[in-house]
Amino acid sequence: CTQLLLSCQFSDSAGYVGFANLPNQVHRKSVKKGFEFTLMVVGESGLGKSTLINSLFLTDLYPERYIPGAAEKIERTVQIEASTVEIEERGVKLRLTVVDTPGYGDAINSQDCFKTIIQYIDNQFERYLHDESGLNRRHIIDNRVHCCFYFISPFGHGLKPLDVEFMKALHGKVNIVPVIAKADTLTLKERERLKRRVLDEISEHGIRIYQLPDADSDEDEEFKEQTRVLKASFTPNLFIPFAVIGSNQLIEVKGKKIRGRLYPWGVVEVENPEHNDFLKLRTMLVTHMQDLQEVTQDLHYENFRSERLKRTGK
Amino acid sequence: PHAGPVESKNEAAMSELVPEPRQKPVVPMKPMGINANLLGYIGIDTIIEQMRKKTMKTGFDFNIMVVGQSGLGKSTLVNTLFKSQVSRKSSSWNREEKIPKTVEIKAIGHVIEEGGVKMKLTVIDTPGFGDQINNENCWEPIEKYINEQYEKFLKEEVNIARKKRIPDTRVHCCLYFISPTGHSLRPLDLEFMKHLSKVVNIIPVIAKADTMTLEEKTEFKQRVRKELEVNGIEFYPQKEFDEDLEDKTENDKIRQESMPFAVVGSDKEYQVNGKRVLGRKTPWGIIEVENLTHCEFALLRDFVIRTHLQDLKEVTHNIHYETYRAKRLNDNGGLPPMTAETEENHESNL
Repeated sequence: CTQLLLSCQFSDSAGYVGFANLPNQVHRKSVKKGFEFTLMVVGESGLGKSTLINSLFLTDLYPERYIPGAAEKIERTVQIEASTVEIEERGVKLRLTVVDTPGYGDAINSQDCFKTIIQYIDNQFERYLHDESGLNRRHIIDNRVHCCFYFISPFGHGLKPLDVEFMKALHGKVNIVPVIAKADTLTLKERERLKRRVLDEISEHGIRIYQLPDADSDEDEEFKEQTRVLKASFTPNLFIPFAVIGSNQLIEVKGKKIRGRLYPWGVVEVENPEHNDFLKLRTMLVTHMQDLQEVTQDLHYENFRSERLKRTGK
Repeated sequence: PHAGPVESKNEAAMSELVPEPRQKPVVPMKPMGINANLLGYIGIDTIIEQMRKKTMKTGFDFNIMVVGQSGLGKSTLVNTLFKSQVSRKSSSWNREEKIPKTVEIKAIGHVIEEGGVKMKLTVIDTPGFGDQINNENCWEPIEKYINEQYEKFLKEEVNIARKKRIPDTRVHCCLYFISPTGHSLRPLDLEFMKHLSKVVNIIPVIAKADTMTLEEKTEFKQRVRKELEVNGIEFYPQKEFDEDLEDKTENDKIRQESMPFAVVGSDKEYQVNGKRVLGRKTPWGIIEVENLTHCEFALLRDFVIRTHLQDLKEVTHNIHYETYRAKRLNDNGGLPPMTAETEENHESNL
């Protein structure tokens, strides 16, 4: 605990009590405990979901991947596959679970394909509610879905009917972050047009996607100025939906090894902000993990819980 | 203890939903290629900063109770701990106000701020404790108060539409003041701590420690520690809640050497060696409250506020409150708002 005491900046100046050290105490316990986060990815086959996830977390979540042919896909219904990876960075441990939904949108008739997904999300809420109401609550595991990346195809003219139906059915259950996949099939102009189109359609249909929190009015002036500068260079809400490219191949560009896609006409660099929004997506995700969990707990879970209790209580 | 028919019904309901999703085994992070480390900073550690910002913004509650006979310096000590007038000293009561006939519970809240962190501090005083001729069961109103706060929290937690942040009035810490007789604990001390250590974190302190010499202090502390141990009284930090070896080593030292803290409180300042210090002025010298060679106030302060504040709250929430809740779940077969229901209907929230 000497470390905690040393971090008391003003130590024994007159009038200093020391409870300003509380965030450090909380911090220390959290680092010891580690964090859990569940991310769901939804989108048609072949939109680059797995590649993107691997790129985001610098790992290989799908080592023995088997890609079924079209004939096999006919019989398939939507599966739910959860993979967990433990990531540690600068002493902070994150237990990340990625929930994949292979089969989504594959069937000729995709009428019911998001029912399975809704049931999975509800199932996690149900389980949490059950654990929370139980007797032994010391080690409740939070498997609730904190964020859902919804992959929009770059090949269409905007949202497809399935996209609209899915988002309308799920925006009250999970934080939806729309992502335009395989963005390297579009020119910059086409990208802008598609983004605008998607946003218009989202607003038209009353779909509530995840909104990043703005800086609060009660923050001090200096902080507000800092955020204003930051926002000028990176206003996350302006970039949604994120147009991304993923890759796990290292290519040599100007003597450096970077991740990208090699075409005859040039190299698309994953982490180049001028090529796509990958870095913005990743930054948004990691700097908002806390908020995503909070919104899941305070909004989506509480809604589920009160509906559930109302149903069975009376 | 297990909840009987309730549990199995829930399991059945759940199996009607989606069959278990395929859970692949957990894989440790595998770097992509040799140079992955150079390419690879994700930014997961910023979550700590996010949490810190959140704590700063929301502020937090801390509820501290003081128990002990009149005149042991409880209010002065609390004021010294928080460097503000958060507790009204009974010496400032006018002569018409008598010692209360029964134990009263007086809770006063203050909002204090430091380094951008806001704390809503509530000091719960217990005037009348141990002051009567017959002090039998005088801890009962205190135990009742503590349980009432657990009940309040529980009611809010099981509510259908519940608040985002449930107001926390539960007692996180109870400072028990031992009179510096130099002999041993009194029967009342033992009785109180025996009953209450099961429902709240008790931190015993030896009050007005400036009435003892260093040797007397050391002997008294040893005797008190022995008595507490012999009587099976688990004061905070409780041995059974040490989370890991690091905690255990640290807490063992505190339990076996430092506690109970022998303290002196004061809200008066004097000039000593060119510095302003809190102290008590006597003809034979100035007792400096924050001087570790004079008394252990600084140890108590660092312990309660600077290092174990969060842990006090967590033990209250994860252990004492859960114990209360489990008892409530098992007794009476129900919790509000569904106490009238029969067992079969106890699905969701029980």
